[in-house]
Amino acid sequence: MSEKTTFTSHRGLELREDLIFEIGARDRSGVDLAPLRGVRDRLGGITREVVDLPGLAEPEVMRHYVRLSQKNHAIDMGLYPLGSCTMKHNPRLNEKMARLPGFADIHPLQPASTVQGALRLMDELAHWLKTLTGMPEVALSPKAGAHGELCGMMAIRAAIKARGEIQRRMRVLVPESAHGTNPATAALLGFSVDEIPASDDGRVDLEAFRDKLGDDVAAIMLTNPNTCGLFERDIIAIADAVHEAGGYFYCDGANFNAIVGRVRPGDLGIDAMHINLHKTFSTPHGGGGPGAGPTVLSERLAAFAPLPRVVAGKSGLELVEHGDQTEGGPFGRMVAFHGQMGMFVRALAYMMSHGADGLRQVADDAVLNANYILAELNGTMTAPYLGPCMHEALFDDAFLKDTGIETLDFAKAMIDEGYHPMTMYFPLVVHGAMLIEPTETESKASLDLFIATLRDLVASAKAGDTERFTTAPQLAPTKRLDETRAARQLVLRYRSTEKKQVRAAE
Amino acid sequence: MRYLPLNDADRATMLERIGVENIDALFCDVPAEARLDGPVDLPIHKSEMQVERDMHAMASQNMPAGSAPFFCGAGAYRHHVPATVDHIIQRSEFLTSYTPYQPEITQGTLQYLFEFQSQVAELTGMEVANASMYDGSTAAGEAVLMAHRVTRRNHAVVSGRVHPQYVDVIANLSDMGGFGLTHVPPTIQGAEDLLSSVDENTACVVVQNPDFFGSVNDYTELAEAVHARGALLIVVVTESVSLGVLKTPGTMGADIVVGEGQSLGNGLNFGGPYVGLFAAREKFLRQMPGRLCGETVDADGKRGFVLTLSTREQHIRRDKATSNICTNSGLCSLAFTAHLSLLGGNGLQHLARLNHEQAVDLAGRLGAIDGVKPINETFFNEFTIELPQPADMVVEALAVRGVLGGVPVSRLIPDGGFENYLLVAATETCAPEDMAAYGAALKEVLS
Repeated sequence: MSEKTTFTSHRGLELREDLIFEIGARDRSGVDLAPLRGVRDRLGGITREVVDLPGLAEPEVMRHYVRLSQKNHAIDMGLYPLGSCTMKHNPRLNEKMARLPGFADIHPLQPASTVQGALRLMDELAHWLKTLTGMPEVALSPKAGAHGELCGMMAIRAAIKARGEIQRRMRVLVPESAHGTNPATAALLGFSVDEIPASDDGRVDLEAFRDKLGDDVAAIMLTNPNTCGLFERDIIAIADAVHEAGGYFYCDGANFNAIVGRVRPGDLGIDAMHINLHKTFSTPHGGGGPGAGPTVLSERLAAFAPLPRVVAGKSGLELVEHGDQTEGGPFGRMVAFHGQMGMFVRALAYMMSHGADGLRQVADDAVLNANYILAELNGTMTAPYLGPCMHEALFDDAFLKDTGIETLDFAKAMIDEGYHPMTMYFPLVVHGAMLIEPTETESKASLDLFIATLRDLVASAKAGDTERFTTAPQLAPTKRLDETRAARQLVLRYRSTEKKQVRAAE
Repeated sequence: MRYLPLNDADRATMLERIGVENIDALFCDVPAEARLDGPVDLPIHKSEMQVERDMHAMASQNMPAGSAPFFCGAGAYRHHVPATVDHIIQRSEFLTSYTPYQPEITQGTLQYLFEFQSQVAELTGMEVANASMYDGSTAAGEAVLMAHRVTRRNHAVVSGRVHPQYVDVIANLSDMGGFGLTHVPPTIQGAEDLLSSVDENTACVVVQNPDFFGSVNDYTELAEAVHARGALLIVVVTESVSLGVLKTPGTMGADIVVGEGQSLGNGLNFGGPYVGLFAAREKFLRQMPGRLCGETVDADGKRGFVLTLSTREQHIRRDKATSNICTNSGLCSLAFTAHLSLLGGNGLQHLARLNHEQAVDLAGRLGAIDGVKPINETFFNEFTIELPQPADMVVEALAVRGVLGGVPVSRLIPDGGFENYLLVAATETCAPEDMAAYGAALKEVLS
């Protein structure tokens, strides 16, 4: 494909932007600061000479980041069907509320008497989360989903230790379809990870699971709805079996958005589950964080919940920040301070906006949208499991057989059509997996265009137009990037000599 | 509902195309005994206006830092964040995008992460930095685990002058991971004996600069001694603005530097979200936790950026990963890097000096009050004072007078005999009249 070149390297509205190190200077600044008075310093001579970092004036900074922003895909621009990630609309009301000075401009260690509203908000959020999940306790402080997993598994570990079984109960069962964070979390706590195979219908193989149980099993870590987008039909039997064996049931709640208001995890026998506020309750993903991973706990684990805790005291709400660390009490502390307050405000604003009725509708529409995609595309693409699915539709790469096109190529061709690709090659139990999660905030028209686009792509693939795929993307800010080179010739920071090298290469 | 585009006609058409009678049919895999018949016992939906009203009611029960003379620190600092920063992080393309797994359409995120890594490496004086952690405390916990991996030893020694809640996070992770830890009892001043706890099992020694009580330290000699014993030195920085004027941990010989980046670009937010900084020597790169962004080229040879060395990470390595971290603090690292780009090197240095001058000024004023004894010989923008009565009661009395006067040491170390000690911070946001008001209120409370 020939391409028009330009003198500036800009291409119409798409503007080339160099690194801040190539356009800024140490003595340039976009901030006016009060002059120094020259008082005698108390730094003990432990000082540095220079800070070799570039600065820019305010208009230059604005241009730099706005130009960079325009090289990103975003939910606000279009469908972002990343399975398991739940890229739904982020209401701006929530941003506005999080910026109220009463929430944004308070210090975590101010006296409790000056932050009663903040403690009330945390208490209110806890009430919503406990009610929606049917669980008696919630630890708010974990900072992300994986951190919530860690919190839940720490509570389980503490409970096992309190029972005096820590020497022998160190095996954790994890389905092979699990998120990578599950085995990583278990391993971080010294547990050994034992994989459970999947059955032909994309769920835990109940018999294989029962065979794995024993008095050395600490817990099962199960995602529900699972990473194939399916509800684990045998979940109550699984819970009963693991409890009978003396173990605990950790549920990865990444997909809670599919069932919120429809079923409560507490009614399924779950002992611990993290909730990604940045998925189910729509706090923005922000290019990879910050998230928040409050973790609900069953009666069996409630006493082990980490510090701090919000409790009602004599003169209002109080923060319990210290424990006596005796066995059977709080297992310790996950973070400095009290958790992701900014995310708590956003999530609660989202919950209050939807209400109990609206949250149930969220699950209904998310599941409806995913099933619509599954129904409309199955036959064109290949679905490894029978529906109905929950909030995401899983396809494999069987439909690309003999086309010479792989899942990666197919995904990159979607970029040229203006879509962010779906999650690829995950879950691992399906060959060349493509996991599509439309979420409830897509309209039918949006889904119809997406479906038509995928049908057109599949038709191209089958007609032998491999170039549309293997050379894609052609219309993105960059062509396909060389990830192997990035890992082999590591350049992880700007070095001043680099400027010349890059120029020479051009 | 204002966030849901489907209407009932759409829903009916779609159900028909799917081939089911009603929505309940799609939930057929949920065990019947666990299905909810109707909404749970929570309020129903509210308009945007009503939610705003309810939120305002809660927010108004708090005393914002900006509404009062304000002097709290202890790991979270109030700095002026330029308006530009908040605009940049609210750009749809940054705010509503995901982790940059598809680099061709996330170069915006990837380029600022590369710039962020470069800035953090320069600030800390280290060779490499990652693309951020949750916050300073979790970064500190991960640093200790990394030191265990690097040295294949199983014990850590933590200074009594590291932020107590950071110590709690480190201790919790270490305990759960089956590692040992010696926490030296906290002392405010004087030489601290860390080396006598170091033996052949010691993977690392963890110190903080400026330390929890505010003092500035040069750890160069400690670094040499720690290295001579085959262990690593981890330096924690909870006030990242201090890196603008203090000798860098890298220059002192640190092997891993972790920090709280909140001070640049990020508000107080009652403790989160913040942004963890993580930097190390290049030779330890493959044991680092978290995401790394690297430079490469596209099919036309044009420069671009991608996430790299992901073979360390959980989504590839699963139970063999260096950490379980997935989501980090992307948007907070954008705020950090944008603020730093506005400041520039000289600007940051100026800001740091300005903070220090404010603190020197305040220490002088408070020290002149009867019964108040400043403790530190050196400090950056925070110091400890000894009061003639319990600091928590003084702070409450100051709050009644509309002054947020600092953080009682006993709030963080309840049983160390620190009842009468108060941590006081001053930044560029403290106006001269704030300091005067503080002085007057403290005098009144103590009289």
